[in-house]
Amino acid sequence: MMQLAVRAEPLLNVDNLVVEYGLGNKTVHAVSGVSFQVARGETLGLVGESGCGKSTLGRAVLQLRRAKSGRVLFDGEDLTAMEGEALRRMRRRVQLIFQDPIASLNPRRRIGDIVAEPLIIAGVKDAAERKRRVHEVLSAVGLDPDLVAGRLPHEFSGGQCQRICIARSLVLNPEFIVCDEPVSALDVSIRAQILNLLEEMKARFGLTLLFIAHDLAVVKAVSDRVAVMYLGRLCEVGPSEQLFARPAHPYTELLLQAIPVPDPDVRPAESVAGGEPPSPIAPPSGCRFRTRCPRADQRCSAEIPELRQVAPGQFAACHHPLA
Amino acid sequence: MSAPLLTIADVTVELPTPRGNLRAVDHVDLSLEAGRTLGIVGESGCGKTMLSRAVLQLLPKKAKLTGRVMFDGQDLVRLAPESLRRLRGRDLAVVFQDPMTSLNPVLTIGTQLMETIQEHLELDAPEARKRSIELLAAVGIPAPEQRLGQYPHQCSGGMRQRIAIAIALSCEPKLLIADEPTTALDVTIQAQILDLLAREQRRRHMAMIIITHDLGVVAGRADEVAVMYAGRVAERAPTSALFKRMHMPYTEALLAAIPKLDAAPHTPLPAISGRPPDPTRPLRGCSFAPRCRYATGRCREAKPALTSAEMPDHLYACFHPIQMAEGVGA
Repeated sequence: MMQLAVRAEPLLNVDNLVVEYGLGNKTVHAVSGVSFQVARGETLGLVGESGCGKSTLGRAVLQLRRAKSGRVLFDGEDLTAMEGEALRRMRRRVQLIFQDPIASLNPRRRIGDIVAEPLIIAGVKDAAERKRRVHEVLSAVGLDPDLVAGRLPHEFSGGQCQRICIARSLVLNPEFIVCDEPVSALDVSIRAQILNLLEEMKARFGLTLLFIAHDLAVVKAVSDRVAVMYLGRLCEVGPSEQLFARPAHPYTELLLQAIPVPDPDVRPAESVAGGEPPSPIAPPSGCRFRTRCPRADQRCSAEIPELRQVAPGQFAACHHPLA
Repeated sequence: MSAPLLTIADVTVELPTPRGNLRAVDHVDLSLEAGRTLGIVGESGCGKTMLSRAVLQLLPKKAKLTGRVMFDGQDLVRLAPESLRRLRGRDLAVVFQDPMTSLNPVLTIGTQLMETIQEHLELDAPEARKRSIELLAAVGIPAPEQRLGQYPHQCSGGMRQRIAIAIALSCEPKLLIADEPTTALDVTIQAQILDLLAREQRRRHMAMIIITHDLGVVAGRADEVAVMYAGRVAERAPTSALFKRMHMPYTEALLAAIPKLDAAPHTPLPAISGRPPDPTRPLRGCSFAPRCRYATGRCREAKPALTSAEMPDHLYACFHPIQMAEGVGA
């Protein structure tokens, strides 16, 4: 499903997005000037550790959290400038899948009603039409609509609930879906089923995905390109295979080295960089990774590194990128 | 070979539920020698945590346990509560998954560390304090003196897990049970914590059980791995032997289902279809048979026992073991 050759206008263009939260009299710098594009039909993986701002970024793209500055162009229109009815209309084209599939389904409503709700909100008045759509998407995600529609969420396992959430996200025929850690709450054997399902649905419905996760191997499995985020900024963006084979940013390298490999012949690297991410309330000056970076010097604390091309299609925000 | 420090013999744990008896652990045998690491791997609901609770004698009140848990010459199942209390925290320590809930939020780090130390070792307050500081330094906490006066919420998740490990190590335990010790942590912090556990284990010649859902976590760090499925040990072998040749189709499928870093993007994953059986409705045959691509009529009729073929220490419970050397096995 590689559609990278199509070099048309990107479906999503995020430009210098800044999102901040107030926390008492302090400010959390959750997203600090992030720019990226997602081409139509592409999956962009977004990885980073907890607190790096990846979920906030995903929500800010969908305008569930309004940005302080910057623009989010979806199909050429600036979502940050939209309000009310215009935004609601636009939201039919963009959807979100959450991490916890059980918590994101109302426990008192039947599956058929849960999946039909977006249609009702979108003003589809014809009940038969709604039923037809619900059946279609439930079958698409591998559930038997006749068995499932009348039941309640607690009757289903985590993996099945995630299938239901995916069906709900597809029911309005969206073009773009933000998947926020869609498989982190699932067991290994179920995770593979859901990842395969997402790939299938993407091909079948011609979707464009922003796939947010902390697990690099999971992200690589589904993404055409990957963006690595650290403490509110992008460190590196590039084609998946290239970025994993030749990371240019020391943080990407650290993440790759930290993953436990299911092979006893691969000795675990004695943890390369120590330390923990600093607080987003008082992020370090210059490069935000410098406090944990083995390559950091004077320049890294003085000057914010910009994303620069280091190889075809691969960009790194580092003053001392890896060869 | 010396006598094992821990022997789990024919342990079964049943929990009454409104839907009937749930057999969480089903006739499990395991043993562990001093200074060695055993990895117990399985998906949620496979019984790995219940098994560790059986060792610790921290099962829910209504749980029914049969079998024996021999630790350092004593059967923990039959030990008086008072003796158990003296054992837990001293010779038998545990680190849980969530460091936020395993620490008391209203007591300082120092109080919690010193409480354990003074409960089990005959040290006065200044000595206990000194030891606490040494322990915090040993688990990699900067400025340990200042940390003593802080509360858990003032520490990050990784720091809290280091503190929980310090408490667990405080009385030089003979056995440390780490139940998903890094599942709640980020990957870079996970690597640090796993290194810390391995380092302290070598230094103290302590036996360790790592319970995890991640085959990657045990691959480089356990001497032996037991794979659990539906309450039973499905396969058990020295780590290198297991990863070289998996005999139980479930182990193979579990490993295959993990996304690999060296696989090309958009490679479909060999997923395991279906899901684990309902533990309140035990199957007559092999519990993995409904999801297994090698299953035959025999698998649905009878439960395969844990046996070995090529190597005496490589056990598997399967009628149709895979990856056997030529001419061996069924």
